[in-house]
Amino acid sequence: MSSIQIERGKLDLAALRERLARAHGRQYWRSLEELAETPEFRALLENEFAPGVTDWENQPSRRRMLQLLGASFGLAGLTGCTKQPPEKIVPYVRAPEDVIPGKPLFFATAMTLGGFASGVLVESHMGRPTKVEGNPQHPASLGATDVFAQASVLTLYDPDRSQVVTRGGRISTWVSFVAEVSRVRESLLARKGAGFRILTETVTSPTLAAQLRDLLREMPEAVWHQYETCNRDQAREGARLAFGEPVHAVYRLEDADVILALDADLLGSGPGAVRYAREFARRRRPYETGAAMNRLYVAEPAPTVTGAAADHRLPLPAGEIEHLLRVVAAAVGLNVANAGTSAPNDWVKAVAADLLQHRGRSLVVVGDQQPPTVHALAHALNEALGNVGRTVVYVEPPEADPSPQMASLRQLVDDMKAGRVETLLILGANPAYDAPADLEFARHLRNVSLRIHLGLYDDETAALCQWHVPETHYLEAWSDARAFDGTVTIQQPLIAPLYGGKSAHEMVSAWSGKPDRSGYDIVREYWQRHYRGSDFETFWQTALHDGVVAGTASPPKKVAVRKEALAIPPSSRGRGVELCFRPDPTIWDGRFANNGWLQELPKPLTKLTWDNAALLSPRLAERLGLANGDVVELRCGQTSVEAPVWILPGCADNSVTVHLGYGRRRAGKVAAGAGFDAHRIRSAAAPWRRDDLEIRQTGRRKALSVTQEHHSMEGRHLVRSATLEEFHKDPHFAHHVAHDPDPKLSLYPGFKYEGYSWGMVIDLNACIGCGACIVACQAENNIPVVGRREVARGREMHWLRVDRYFEGSLDEPSIYHQPVPCMHCDQAPCEVVCPTGATTHSAEGLNQMTYNRCVGTRYCSNNCPYKVRRFNFFLYADWATESLKALRNPDVTVRSRGVMEKCTYCVQRINAARIEAEKQGRRIRDGEVVTACQAACPTEAIVFGDWNDPASRLARLKAQPLNYGILTELNTRPRTTYLARVRNPNPALERG
Amino acid sequence: MAKEGQSGNPAVAEVEAPVIGPGHTYASVTDKISSIVLTRKTPRAWWIGFTITFLLTMLLLYSIGNLLVRGVGLWGVNVPVGWGFDIINFVWWIGIGHAGTLISAILLLLRQEWRTSINRFAEAMTLFAVANAALYPLMHMGRPWLAYWLLPYPNTMGTWPQPRSPLVWDVFAVSTYALVSFLFWFIGLIPDLATLRDRAKNRFVKIVYGILAMGWRGSAIHWQRYETAYLLLAGLATPLVVSVHTVVSFDFSIGIIPGWHATIFPPYFVAGAIYAGFAMVLTLTIPIRSYYGLEDFITMRHVDNMGKILLATGLIVAYGYMMETFMAWYSGSKYEQYMILNRMQGPYKTLYWALIVCNVVVPQLLWSQRVRRNLIALWIISLVVGVGMWLERFIIVVVSLHRDFLPSAWGMYRPTAWDWSTYIGTLGFFLALLFLFIRFLPMISIFEMRTLVPHPAGKARH
Repeated sequence: MSSIQIERGKLDLAALRERLARAHGRQYWRSLEELAETPEFRALLENEFAPGVTDWENQPSRRRMLQLLGASFGLAGLTGCTKQPPEKIVPYVRAPEDVIPGKPLFFATAMTLGGFASGVLVESHMGRPTKVEGNPQHPASLGATDVFAQASVLTLYDPDRSQVVTRGGRISTWVSFVAEVSRVRESLLARKGAGFRILTETVTSPTLAAQLRDLLREMPEAVWHQYETCNRDQAREGARLAFGEPVHAVYRLEDADVILALDADLLGSGPGAVRYAREFARRRRPYETGAAMNRLYVAEPAPTVTGAAADHRLPLPAGEIEHLLRVVAAAVGLNVANAGTSAPNDWVKAVAADLLQHRGRSLVVVGDQQPPTVHALAHALNEALGNVGRTVVYVEPPEADPSPQMASLRQLVDDMKAGRVETLLILGANPAYDAPADLEFARHLRNVSLRIHLGLYDDETAALCQWHVPETHYLEAWSDARAFDGTVTIQQPLIAPLYGGKSAHEMVSAWSGKPDRSGYDIVREYWQRHYRGSDFETFWQTALHDGVVAGTASPPKKVAVRKEALAIPPSSRGRGVELCFRPDPTIWDGRFANNGWLQELPKPLTKLTWDNAALLSPRLAERLGLANGDVVELRCGQTSVEAPVWILPGCADNSVTVHLGYGRRRAGKVAAGAGFDAHRIRSAAAPWRRDDLEIRQTGRRKALSVTQEHHSMEGRHLVRSATLEEFHKDPHFAHHVAHDPDPKLSLYPGFKYEGYSWGMVIDLNACIGCGACIVACQAENNIPVVGRREVARGREMHWLRVDRYFEGSLDEPSIYHQPVPCMHCDQAPCEVVCPTGATTHSAEGLNQMTYNRCVGTRYCSNNCPYKVRRFNFFLYADWATESLKALRNPDVTVRSRGVMEKCTYCVQRINAARIEAEKQGRRIRDGEVVTACQAACPTEAIVFGDWNDPASRLARLKAQPLNYGILTELNTRPRTTYLARVRNPNPALERG
Repeated sequence: MAKEGQSGNPAVAEVEAPVIGPGHTYASVTDKISSIVLTRKTPRAWWIGFTITFLLTMLLLYSIGNLLVRGVGLWGVNVPVGWGFDIINFVWWIGIGHAGTLISAILLLLRQEWRTSINRFAEAMTLFAVANAALYPLMHMGRPWLAYWLLPYPNTMGTWPQPRSPLVWDVFAVSTYALVSFLFWFIGLIPDLATLRDRAKNRFVKIVYGILAMGWRGSAIHWQRYETAYLLLAGLATPLVVSVHTVVSFDFSIGIIPGWHATIFPPYFVAGAIYAGFAMVLTLTIPIRSYYGLEDFITMRHVDNMGKILLATGLIVAYGYMMETFMAWYSGSKYEQYMILNRMQGPYKTLYWALIVCNVVVPQLLWSQRVRRNLIALWIISLVVGVGMWLERFIIVVVSLHRDFLPSAWGMYRPTAWDWSTYIGTLGFFLALLFLFIRFLPMISIFEMRTLVPHPAGKARH
């Protein structure tokens, strides 16, 4: 840049500065030339496109060359869609004035799901957020993320997001919307807000709650409703039942020796899951002295990642959970009525004995989909076991209003039906899709005369509203939110709204008669008002910088279980087959339906992509004569839906599980045609479980796209496991099953790795198979989405896959997960067969791909025994969609058609660390290179590092007796190795 | 097949059948063969056959065009099965070509004079098969426009082919093979092209054949040089018969995939190639022989000999299958054992057993001379062997890949419509070239046939 100025000489920099200083408001300028408005620049502008192109054919003069350089400099500033938000946001590591092209900055903010925040650090390249990492300081993240946070950056750039205010389907403006609002507001104020309803999803934002309350104070007759599919009604009601108030349970898994999870996907979904997974995994390290291994019992209707991680997993219909818990509670000594259980007697006895043995160090957890009585029982059990205050603490609910949402929605629908609602403001929610079908929300919505929708997408609900206003993505807006333990994060935007969206704060503010206030002002003012200290500016900066507001975690609350909670008689058992509804493991309640990364992320247990299915046990399938892909009609009462069947070993008999979130009718191009809408057979009375299910074959079939078709290890020693007892007897058990060739057998001396020698260890004790690593890898490495058809043809592009194997009986299998990235073999079979030398070995042990050199013979993939190579059969990368260009990681090549690709060990991160280290004249430190998968992993299962550094965590793990490589008998000498899984079963239950 | 009088007569079969029918003179040989090209009216059947095969050639071009524009994903290949019809058909076509080289070169060196009447045809077949075969490795690449990167040429990128890869060896093996086969065929044609030039009435035709004849005047020195060159080329081509398919087999045996990584592959592949090649020669010559009335030149002795070779190579191939199975058991490797069990009992088991029937069971009929001399039976067997050898390549390429080491990565391969259209297109292209060949060039070597005519002294040369 400086050379340009020197060369040109004409620019009067002092004058420029002065002009900038004089200018009012924001000034976007592309180049110094533009600022100076030099005649050259004008000429350049005119020549910038077509006419100037021909100039390349002539030898450009030195002067012309510099002009063109100036033009590219100008265009770099022209990336119009990546404006920084106008307000000051605080970077995590460096101040914004440090922006160095090519150097990403990280900003702390938080993503909310179901209202609950999880802290993230977002990587920003020149103002473009490209990658989400966890915020180590945030209690719900501890540095890791779930799949949703990883994929959220794709939603930000989703070209299908709604982009403009519409009125009656026609393009309108925020200004005319505001005009309408102020008109309506006048009349509403006159009626004290009668007929005005606001429908939001779960709100934990202190600012938004305050805004809503302020608005309701102005309009006392107005009502604020909350509804979202995956709400916590049951848990809140359970707490209310047990304690008389809807407290929120926070678990401390680190201190739990024995955990009983009942239909609870503790590690995989729900508020705090990422943290719980980490705490759980910290107690699953048999190779470390210190805390002893915990033991996890799970009873659940269909396998979840939590069930797969269990030492003892019992497939049990959701309706039987209550009965099991009653029997366990009785065995532990609680005075509760029970009606017996279908669970095996020895199982119940062993669990009860184990819980009793670990008083104060045990934990009983019940899933959000279980009815309130079961929650209440669990609370009572935890209290009786002395766990309260130790492994479980109760806090104020983080929700601003924890009242039951289903009742609230039902009230709203009743009022709409009765014509009592005139104006309905919907903030973010999509009830036209996800309200239980029997409420007929969409039908009654038409009774409302003014319907307004604020949402990320022009979705099912938006289509029924007169006004639709595009909402800001969380990476575009100022807000705040509470985590599962009450900790507040002030969310700061990474980028100005791409499509001029408005946040809920701005929308509510418009209804409060202040349409011009920005989200920044609203949030900042709230905190200014509530900050009790003296130096607000420092508080604000620190809170933004850290991503958490210090001291906002809710203090433990003293509560006691009321006697009445235990007096409820056991519920009656349904006959026949039950139907369970569960949030989808990858697209949740449907809000991520248009996110290609999440659609293509294989569901952890079924490995299904792009579809949901009716999951049932092999035994039930056999009884009904069903095979995978058979389309059945699921009928509950008057409602029915057609669903393909997927047989999943480990499902409870007489139980069918369906995942919500699919069958979206208006969600975007990606979601179109994916799955069936299970909401159509949900009822408001029984939102999570029905026992009036009838299954009827239709005779049709549907092809489902799965990424893993074979589920047995075929006697190959891929996942090696033993019990804790066996491990103590023989720590080297993992090495007895395979014959590793002696490296000294070769005539040639092995390559000596002088500098770094990179390697990876994946701890199978920790891995729960959640898939966060897969999405993280996809985001980091610009991995394309290929679509349902291509997945069905075996062409998914994930560089890292998580293999899932079943072992043991078909009905109660053990479930294993094994992440498989590239092994970076020292004797890589792929390297010898490449005819063009496009895949080679680096002096640091990396097996590297030179995309430019690849001609696409696919020989390397054929010869890879791990089949981790991925081929661009078509032009999978989207080169056309403008918004997606900003999403890409600029440090990683976007691959073209016809080239092979695969895991690089995030070589771009290694090189970034190398540059830093070389600048400081030192070696790269242990832990300085963190691969994308490793960073995202909630359970710290993936460890990457330098094998040559004996002090590194990697080298220490590689020296563990549990460390083994797969297919080492082929003499591939993989650099990615595994720590064999050690289970901690109850000796009383271990059979054989 | 009306004229096949001898086959039913055991008395005739006892004596060695002649390699040329009785009563022929130099002139009658020349007349008969050259008339197909020069004087006889192009038969209707030729037009019909050529039109069909030409349309199929267009289908091939359409398929290739689509492939280049849209990508190799049009085919059914995936991960784990990175190679499908492309490499199956590559190996199949290359294998078919082998009979031509074997007949022309090795049998020439071995002085098997019965080869004379079929060598020209077989060489042409080789050439056309190799042309089809060579298409596949080009098309199967992700970025076919960069195929030249497999050639060692000095370039500014400072790169070089990676010499440890069998695919690079393939490039040399196949291109050498194509070149030598072409030269061998073309040099063998020169005296006949001169004959056609001399006999042509039409001036244009005269000029064309004249150019192709490269000034051949039939002088003694020409003949002397011709014989030397031809013999040298035969010497060059002979190792190629063995080397090409050996190198092709390295594509697999260098790999570590169970079902590929076997030391038996080179001889097993060569035998398989000759097997398939002779089957194809029979498939083509039997109908042409009867259609053009060439029973005098391609006699029952030829047919019988080819049947014997078919049987011999078929037995070698059967031995290969046996050894693969035995070695899988003997290796003690669970991957190898699973590979064989998967072939026999896996999802593609039908194809495996079809292969055994086609390549091992059916050809046992050839032990019987009656079958060998029954043209219809032989023709059907030759077709069965052609199918069997295609299945063999399917089993080796696809069934080995689809279930290798990690069960999680196992998959299925299903050819798409584009796979089929490309394959059928190459069949059409092959036949179209053959149609052109029999129409415009002497399909039987005229001058070599003349050497078989009983000498005025009453003895054949040699």
